Amino acid sequence: MNHGTALLWKRRALSSLSTTRRGLPKEKMSENGMMSRAKVLTIDTMNPTVKKVEYAVRGPIVQRAVELERELSEGMKKPFAEVIKANIGDAHAMGQQPITFFRQVLALCSYPELLSDSTFPEDAKSRACRILNSCGGNSMGSYSPSQGIESVRQDVAHYIERRDGGVPCDPDNIYLTTGASDGIVTMLKLLVCGEGTMRTGVMISIPQYPLYSAALAELGAVQINYYLNEEKCWSLDIPELQRALDEARLYCNPRALCIINPGNPTGQVQSRECIEDVIRFAAKERLFLMADEVYQDNVYAEGCHFHSFKKVLFEMGPEYSETVELASFHSTSKCYMGECGFRGGYMEIINMDNDVKAQLTKLLSVRLCPPVPGQALMDLVVNPPQPGEPSYERFIKERTATLSTLAEKAKLTEQVLNTVQGISCNPVQGAMYSFPRITIPEKAIKEATEMGQLPDMFYCMKMLEETGICLVPGSGFGQKEGTYHFRMTILPPTDKLKILLNKVQEFHQKFTQQYS
Amino acid sequence: MYLFTEIGSNVKNMKQLEYLVLAKQTKKVINELRQGVIKPYTEVIDVCWGDPHRAGIKPLSFVRQVLAACLYPQLLESDKLLVDVRQRAKRLLEACDGGSVGSYSPTTGIPEISQKVSEFIKKRDGGVPSYPENIYISPGSQWSLANILNVLVNPEASLRTGVLTPVPCHITTITSLMGMGAVVIPYYLNEEQGWTLQVEELQRALESVKGVCNPVALYVINPGNPSGLVQSRKSIQEVIQFVSEKRLFLLADEVYQDCVFGETAEFVSYKKVLAELGPPLSDTVELASFHSASKGFMGECGLRAGYVELVNVDPTVMQYIENLFSTFSGAPTLGQIALEVMTNPPQPGDPSYPLYKKEMQQIRTTLVQNVKRVYEVLNSLPGFSCQPVEGGAFAFPTIHLPPKAIQRAKEAGMEPDTFYCLRLVEEAGLLISPGCEFGQKEATYHIRFCIMTPQDTMVEILKRLSNFHTKFVKEFS
Repeated sequence: MNHGTALLWKRRALSSLSTTRRGLPKEKMSENGMMSRAKVLTIDTMNPTVKKVEYAVRGPIVQRAVELERELSEGMKKPFAEVIKANIGDAHAMGQQPITFFRQVLALCSYPELLSDSTFPEDAKSRACRILNSCGGNSMGSYSPSQGIESVRQDVAHYIERRDGGVPCDPDNIYLTTGASDGIVTMLKLLVCGEGTMRTGVMISIPQYPLYSAALAELGAVQINYYLNEEKCWSLDIPELQRALDEARLYCNPRALCIINPGNPTGQVQSRECIEDVIRFAAKERLFLMADEVYQDNVYAEGCHFHSFKKVLFEMGPEYSETVELASFHSTSKCYMGECGFRGGYMEIINMDNDVKAQLTKLLSVRLCPPVPGQALMDLVVNPPQPGEPSYERFIKERTATLSTLAEKAKLTEQVLNTVQGISCNPVQGAMYSFPRITIPEKAIKEATEMGQLPDMFYCMKMLEETGICLVPGSGFGQKEGTYHFRMTILPPTDKLKILLNKVQEFHQKFTQQYS
Repeated sequence: MYLFTEIGSNVKNMKQLEYLVLAKQTKKVINELRQGVIKPYTEVIDVCWGDPHRAGIKPLSFVRQVLAACLYPQLLESDKLLVDVRQRAKRLLEACDGGSVGSYSPTTGIPEISQKVSEFIKKRDGGVPSYPENIYISPGSQWSLANILNVLVNPEASLRTGVLTPVPCHITTITSLMGMGAVVIPYYLNEEQGWTLQVEELQRALESVKGVCNPVALYVINPGNPSGLVQSRKSIQEVIQFVSEKRLFLLADEVYQDCVFGETAEFVSYKKVLAELGPPLSDTVELASFHSASKGFMGECGLRAGYVELVNVDPTVMQYIENLFSTFSGAPTLGQIALEVMTNPPQPGDPSYPLYKKEMQQIRTTLVQNVKRVYEVLNSLPGFSCQPVEGGAFAFPTIHLPPKAIQRAKEAGMEPDTFYCLRLVEEAGLLISPGCEFGQKEATYHIRFCIMTPQDTMVEILKRLSNFHTKFVKEFS
C-alpha cells in the first residue's frame, strides 16, 4: 500500500479543546493537490440534535487535564506535581477500596475453577454458584433476558421491600440496566414525543447532573428548568416548580419531572415532607416522576435520612399510590460500592400502563441485555452478607469505614471551603460532591467574556493550569444567572483532600487579588 | 387511569420481537418440566441467540483467569494462576484508574486497550494502518452501531433518512433504525446463490425509494447473520464501488469475522479491501466497521464489549461522535478486558498458550463438524433446504410448510414460521427463531438456530428438529 494513502489515512489529531476553539471543516487536499470530494457525513448533513449534546463532567476541562497529565509524564515542568481529578464521581479512581466479598464472588463467577480454592470463604462460593445457576450455560458470558436475570430482579424486589418497610415490590416492575444512565435515557426516549408546542417537556432541577440535559438535547425534547433554592440548602420549592411548569405549558407539553435525591451536584437530601409535596404536585399536574436515587446510601448530615419516593408514595395512600406514575433509578456506581466500571443499575417502574411496558420492552431489546457482571454485582449489593455468615464481619467493617470516611470528608470540605472569603458552601448532606458558590471579580468576568469563555470555566481552567486540580464549572450543571459555582468531588483520600482544599483556598485568594 | 399512554410513533412503529411469544412458551414449558410433567424431552435446548455459552460451549480459560485476577487482585500474589495470566492482569489493572476494574474508563475505551485493538486490526489487514483515535469501544457492537446511526439519521429533515439493510438481517439493527425514525430500505440477498449480495439488487432497492426517503448509508453483515455467507473479495469490491458511486456511508458489521468454517471461505475486511483499491476510493469512502467480544470462539456476549473503527470520517463530525460515546456509552471494564484478550491472545511460548490453542482447536473442530452435519442432515431431509454455512453463528434453512399449517397459523393471527417454532418448543423442547424475525422473501419460510454448540447437542438438535418436522407435516397433511 502506498505511502500517500497511509498518510491520508492518519486522521488529524483532535484539536486541543478549550471552549474558545472549534475545529472548522476543511476540505482535504490529497497528495497530488486535487480537492477531494465532499463527504456523505458532514457537519451539515449529520443529525443536528447530536450537535447539541454537551456533557460537562467529561468536557473540555477534563480533556485539558488529561493533556496536562501527559505533559507531566513527559517531564514538562508545571506548578504542581500531579493532576487531581476531582471532576468525576469515581471513587475507585481516587483510591477507595472495593468490597472484598463482592470481588471474591465475581472472581469465582468468572473462573469457577476457583471454587475448589480454600482461600475463598464458603458464603462467597455458595453465592457464586447461585448466580452462575441463573446464567445461561452457567456462564456470565451468556446473554441474559433484556429485562435482566430473573432471580436478580427478584432479589432487587426483596431489597426494595426491606428498604421501604414492607411496601410490596413486584419483580416484573424491575428492569436491570447498563448503569442508571441507561435506564434514565431509555425512559426519556419512551416519554418524548409530539411536535411543536406539543413537544414533550421534561422538568429538571437546576443545578442538574448533565446527563439529563444531554439526553433531552439529543432527543429534541424541551428542557424545563426549575431552580433549587441555594439559600435554603438547595431545597426544592413547590412554588418554583409551579412557576416553571406554568411558563413551560405555553410552549411545550410537560410530561415528566426529574428529581435527584440525594442531589447531584448539590448534595441535598430531601425531607420527607418535600417528597410528599413533590408527589402531590406530580399527581395534580399529571406528571411522570423520575426519581434518581443512585446516592441513596450516601447520607451524612445529622437529621437527614433517605426516603425513597416509592415508600413515601405508598404511604400517602391509594389516591396517590395507585395513580402516580414513577420510575426510580439505582446503580452500582456510587454508595459504598463505587463500582462505576461494571455499569450495573436498575429501575423500578410503578403504575405504568401495560401497553407502554410493551413499548419499553422494544427499546430495551435493542441493547440486547445489560452487562451480566453488573447484574451479578447488583445482586450482591441488594443481598449482602447477613449476620452469622462468614463474610459478614468484614463486609460491615468495610462498608462502615467507606461511608464514615465519606461523611468526614463531606464535613471537612464544607468547613474548609467556608473559611475562604468569596467561597460559600452549603452543607454536603449526601452524595459525593460539594457545589460551592464562588465570587468572581468583575475584571475576571470581563477577561473571560473577551476570551469567549464563561466566567466559571475561565476560573476552573486557571485553577487547573496553576494547581493541577480539575473541577467542573457550575455552568456545566446550570446555575442562577449571575452566580458562579464549581463542583468538586469529596472522593480523594483524606490527606489529599486536605491538600486539595488548601490549594483551592490559595488559588481563590490569589485569583481574587489578581483580578481586583 | 394511566396518563402516560401517548408514545412517540418511532417507538410504536418498532417491530415487536417474535421472540417474546416464544420466550413465554419456553418459560411455561420449563416450569412444567420442573413440576415433573412428563414430556418427550427432559430439558429445553435454547439455540435462539448467537450465544455459544448458553448452548454449552465453554468459555476460554485464559480470558476467565485474567478476569478473575483483575477482579480479585489477591490472586496475583498466589501461584494458582500461570505467570502470563498474572502479568496480563497486572498490566491491565495498571491501565485502569486507581488500579481497579471498578473505576470509570476514559470516554471511548481504555487507551491501552484501544491500542491493542488497533494493533490487532493492522495485523489482521496485513499492515493497513489503524489508529486508536478512530476506535470507540461501547457495551456491545450494537451500541456503537446505534451511535453511528444516530449521527447519520436526521430526524429534522423533511425527507426521512433511509438505510439499506439486507434481507435477511438480524433484528436488532432493524429495530434500532425504526426507533430512530429512519426508513429501512431492504435489499434481498440471493438465497439460491448461497445468500450472496448482488449489486443489481442494491441498485433496485435504491431506485425503489427515489423521492420517498433520503438514503445515506448501506449496512452489510459479513460474515452474515443469519445468512452464513462469507463475502468474496470481489463482492466486497463491488459494494465499495457502489457506495462510492451512490454516495453512501458504509456500515460493515463484521462481528463474526472469527467464525469462518467453509473450506474455501476466507474473511477479508472491508477496510483491507478498501485500502487495496487505492485512491480515490481508499481516501473517500466513509466506513464504519464493527466488531465484538460476543462472537468468535470467545463468545463473551454477557460481558458487553464491542467497538467501531471509523475510516475517512470528517474530523469535525468525529468530535461529535466522540461526544456521544463519552456521554452515553461507557463500556464495562470487564468487557474491555475480554476485548483486549480477544485482540491480543496468548502467543506460542507463553505458558497459557498450549491450553489456549487446545481449547480454540476443540471449538473450531466442533463448529466445522457442526456446519457440515447441519448441511448434510438438513439437505437430506424432505422439507428443508439449507445453504452452506460458510461463517457466522447460525444455520438459516428454508422450511417447507404444508398449506394447512400456514392456514392454521393465519387463523391464530400468527406468522406461519412463528407458529412452527412455538410448536417446536412445546413438542420437542427446542427453542429456535422463525425466519420472519429477520425478513424473508414473500411466501418463503425459514428457521434460524445457533450452530455454536457442543457436537452432541447439535446431533440432538437435528434429531429433534427432523422428528418434529415429520410429525408436523403429517398433522397438517
